[in-house]
Amino acid sequence: MSQNNRPDPKMNKSTHLPRKRFYRARAHSNPLSDSHFPVPITPSHVDYSLHYPHFFPSNDVISTHQATSSGVHSKKIQFADIGCGFGGLLVNLATLFPETLMIGMELRDKVTEYVRERILALRKANLGQYQNISVVRTNSMKYIPNFFEKGQLSKMFFLFPDPHFKEKNHRRRVISPHLLDEYAYTLEVGGIIYTITDVEELGEWMKACLEGHPLFEAITEEELKADPIVSLLISATEEGQKVARNGGQTFQAVYRRIAVSEEE
Amino acid sequence: MAETAIEEGETNKEMEVAPALIAVHPLEKSVAVAAGAELRVFDLEGDSPVSLLDDSGGPLHADSIRAIRFGAKGRLFASAGDDKLVKIWTTDSWRCLHTVCSEKRVSAVAISNDGLFVCFADKFGVVWVVSLDGEEGNQPLVNKKAAPILAHYCSIITSLEFSPDGRFIISADRDFKIRVTIFPKKPFKGAHEIQSFCLGHTEFVSCLAFPCTPDYSQGFLLSGGGDSTVRLWDMTSGSLLHTCEVGVQAELVESNGDEVCHPAVTAICTFPVGSLIAVAIQSLHGVMLLNCDLSSRILSVAKVVSMGDIFIATSLGVSSAGRLWMITGASNILGPNFTSLARVKVLAGFQMSSNPESSENEPVMLEDTDIPGGEKVLEKLQGSLLSAKEEKALAAATEAVKMAMRNLLIKKQYSEDRRELRKKSRNDRKLKQ
Repeated sequence: MSQNNRPDPKMNKSTHLPRKRFYRARAHSNPLSDSHFPVPITPSHVDYSLHYPHFFPSNDVISTHQATSSGVHSKKIQFADIGCGFGGLLVNLATLFPETLMIGMELRDKVTEYVRERILALRKANLGQYQNISVVRTNSMKYIPNFFEKGQLSKMFFLFPDPHFKEKNHRRRVISPHLLDEYAYTLEVGGIIYTITDVEELGEWMKACLEGHPLFEAITEEELKADPIVSLLISATEEGQKVARNGGQTFQAVYRRIAVSEEE
Repeated sequence: MAETAIEEGETNKEMEVAPALIAVHPLEKSVAVAAGAELRVFDLEGDSPVSLLDDSGGPLHADSIRAIRFGAKGRLFASAGDDKLVKIWTTDSWRCLHTVCSEKRVSAVAISNDGLFVCFADKFGVVWVVSLDGEEGNQPLVNKKAAPILAHYCSIITSLEFSPDGRFIISADRDFKIRVTIFPKKPFKGAHEIQSFCLGHTEFVSCLAFPCTPDYSQGFLLSGGGDSTVRLWDMTSGSLLHTCEVGVQAELVESNGDEVCHPAVTAICTFPVGSLIAVAIQSLHGVMLLNCDLSSRILSVAKVVSMGDIFIATSLGVSSAGRLWMITGASNILGPNFTSLARVKVLAGFQMSSNPESSENEPVMLEDTDIPGGEKVLEKLQGSLLSAKEEKALAAATEAVKMAMRNLLIKKQYSEDRRELRKKSRNDRKLKQ
């Protein structure tokens, strides 16, 4: 609005956080289209020093894959927020699990840009904090195996995904029986997958997919109550806050990755 | 500019050329060739061309065949392609046992080593399974129901294989990926457990093969791709053991201006015995032989067998008799009225004893009259003995195959400007104006 002499009008004057109005994007993005962003060839090609400079001081000589294999930097990303949107959950989890590396994956370039700026601003304003979160623009329905090794992740989040109502477009849903195979591959045994939506039909779909999958089992009510993350699914995410504001309902499904039963 | 894009799309449609394919019975009892929609089989044991029997009526295949193969024991044969049909044949009588209808075009097919299951992959990345048990070929079941077992998210699956020990089903796609999945005892419930992803190719993966390992436990995998490489993997862990830059080694990588053109590896064949691997590469007139040393885990170029200037193999087949069958050709390259072109050649003399001390045979190209079965085999498999003029047309055919493959499997690169321009012409924006 008011043009001042600040170098970056996209930043809020008082909080120095990026202002969302400059990063508006359409709510939906086609996951089927061929994309034009770079994709790491293998998980060892993910440049950790770029995402987490605090944990991985860039020693240009030691490229990350050599470093990880030699055990110098054995720390790996453990939480992945698939379709992280504006990054509300990541920001909340960052201080709750300060030693855990987390990444948000988002398909829309402008939204990714916003989250990147937001994290940088938070790191600047809170020294030593928010060093464990980062964001990447990618199509996680296609490239999850390029980012994470087998059993690397302990938590995956799928919060308020695109519902894709039309039956024709169900294959674009981020939770589907076949994609769950890949998520099960990436999650360690005991790892947890969190899903939530405000669309009842999608909630039922996600639950049915997880329920029908041999490598996932539902988490009990008591465990859910004891898990501090569960309440964040609504309170920390921008979409969740919107639903709460409008007094809407939410439908969650939280499942654990289990080992294969041998008797089959 | 948008208009030119549409035009390009249309010409691409016409350019949908399928390469000629060849498959050899594991004991060299018969040879099969697919050229366009036509399936041709010659019975080498009975020394006669085969007439295929199909009770379903109508043509065998109505569109280009994309995959053919014999089962591990040679009892079964499968063919599938753009007409969305998978046909499973018994090789005793060459009768069609099953015709399976797919929802999408079929890009790859595999038969389990025990002959109980046939799996096929479609162009949307889904792998399906059909069961063959309980039938001895007496009652052909038309429209057997297929069940989806796994999927590569909306990617064309280019190759599908069962591992030699039957534990895994391996699928490769155009998104540079090879997925190794445990093949379950009850596949109809889906194959959910991924053993590994073999990542390292920097273009589409085009073919898979297994080196023969009498002294090593199973677990090695070979792959070829659009990045002009052949790679050796440990498929249990997914780790890349060695990369052989075959395109560079054969001096086939061309750069015109800033665009570097990597000719794709189109087929890899391993022999039942010995360490040699045959590799077909686009724009290589002949075939490349690699040495696969599994103790040191290194692939090295052994030899390039040159075959004049008209033979770029589009498919390879191998038999226990130590012969490499090669084919070049394409389906209707010059429109629907033009018949498909194919040329078959045979390279013989591959070492077939596991004794490394035995005299090292040099593979030799067989004259047409010297190939097993003689010229009448060629007459059947090629459709005719080619005239000199037709031989010349083969060069155009392989070029068309190359273009079609690139169009199908390589991501189109648009400049930044052009992407912005297309974004501006989006329909929802137009309405606002």
